[in-house]
Amino acid sequence: MNIEITNLRFTYPTGLEALKGINLTINSGEQVAIVGQNGAGKTTLVRHFNGLLKPTSGTIFIGEWETTKFSVAKLASRVGYVFQNPDDQLFSRDVLTEVTFGPRNLGYEKAKIEELVQRALSLTELTDKTDTNPYDLSPTWRKMIALASIIAMDTPIVIFDEPTTGQDAVNVARIANVIAELRNEGKTVITITHDIDFCAENFERVVALSNGQVLLDGPAREVLGQEKVLAQTYVDPPQLTRLGKRLGLKETVTRQEEFLRAIE
Amino acid sequence: MAFVTLHNVTYQYPLTQSPALQEINLKINEGEFLAVVGPNGAGKSTLCYALAGFVPHFFKGELTGEITVDGKKSSEATLDEWVMNVGLAFQNPFNQISGAKFTVFEELAFGLENIGIPREEMKVRVEEAMALTGIRELADRSPYSLSGGQQQRVALTSILVMKPKLLVLDEPTSQMDPIGTREVFSVVRKMAEEGMTVVMVEHKVEWIANFADRVMALKDGRMVLEGKPNEVLTSDMLAENGFGISRYTSTAREAKKRGLWKKENLPVTLDEAVEGFAK
Repeated sequence: MNIEITNLRFTYPTGLEALKGINLTINSGEQVAIVGQNGAGKTTLVRHFNGLLKPTSGTIFIGEWETTKFSVAKLASRVGYVFQNPDDQLFSRDVLTEVTFGPRNLGYEKAKIEELVQRALSLTELTDKTDTNPYDLSPTWRKMIALASIIAMDTPIVIFDEPTTGQDAVNVARIANVIAELRNEGKTVITITHDIDFCAENFERVVALSNGQVLLDGPAREVLGQEKVLAQTYVDPPQLTRLGKRLGLKETVTRQEEFLRAIE
Repeated sequence: MAFVTLHNVTYQYPLTQSPALQEINLKINEGEFLAVVGPNGAGKSTLCYALAGFVPHFFKGELTGEITVDGKKSSEATLDEWVMNVGLAFQNPFNQISGAKFTVFEELAFGLENIGIPREEMKVRVEEAMALTGIRELADRSPYSLSGGQQQRVALTSILVMKPKLLVLDEPTSQMDPIGTREVFSVVRKMAEEGMTVVMVEHKVEWIANFADRVMALKDGRMVLEGKPNEVLTSDMLAENGFGISRYTSTAREAKKRGLWKKENLPVTLDEAVEGFAK
């Protein structure tokens, strides 16, 4: 199920034009990271995918559905969106109820709901916390609950808004694991992130936004190697990319193995 | 005489099974910039609360041992005496905003109003603080209309305007792009040069290594390492215990196994990595 964005413009009621003509196609099963400075329009863009925002002009198609013609509730069967702040998302009394809420609303069979919920809980390592109130857990775990409750909906497209903010190394690895699992299942994963090393290690395609427009779009290695262009949207290349450049390596490297091979 | 002393500090929140901080012993000099690292749940925020007096004065629970700042004991001070010396920026900037003010300018003046600073002086101090952190253009915005990164800048500024002797920052750059991060670290370094003592919890180790004087590592409520940034941040113990480490460190560690890194010390910063890898 492709996402097809054509000439998308969006102006907030305050008069701020946040998106200034975006053209983008995201293919079924792609893993895409969206990067760019605070205020570049990243969150505004992805909130169009599940209909939370409707274009001022231009179109977005999720498969053959144009987002303006479907409700947010309907679009939720195709696009899952994990909020940046889990506290904007969680409302149930215990973890199990929270994670079950989404798939139940989508009207799956009872057995299928149970299966989806168990899989989501095990992927996020929440299986031993099902009876706990989300607000009795740390923000770290609340983030995992937010992830689980969206994964359990089994949508073909999943969006993560800043999944690694405030997470330690162990949890970042857990999140990377969830993304890898979704990739194996053929899902489209779109992630907004400031963590450029995380981006380099987990995504094949990177879209850099600047000032409401697409600044760069392409394979991660190509995009992340363009230090000067990225600087326009306050993005530093990954640590190993910067190191490779300083050492005068010919090709752009983004990951540890590539780097070590290049200097051997 | 150290400016901040923690002597055998152990603390347990009410209704919990185990202590959040255990036998912490630490001395911080005046004008020193100390960074605190550790996995989620290590006790980093609790340490911030303890330095700021919220633990135990606000959260209750049981604190044993003694915290001293500028010669005064936390156990003998009230919270309103304590906050005259110590400023804390919360991990979530949203929790910092008073909710009582319509503009960022008024928000920044709120603390000064509460301690009875004259109106004219208040204006000057707010202007100075905004210039320092580069948020002059946000002055007339509502604190609630700001992005996460902007709210973090306002939260930091609202503490700096109080000119605390001890500045405590709990992940002040978590929602910021690299420019914002650089500005925060630069401002904090400048404050330390001017004599302010700084304790900053942070995950961004490359920045810590470039700016902080010293690093302490916390895990399960205990201080497990403490020392110069490069020594602490390249320790094998950190890598094995779920601490965040720089890609330069992890890559050089692997390179060392393959004979591609010849130096004794591993790098944390780009410059250290370039120096070690250059032929």
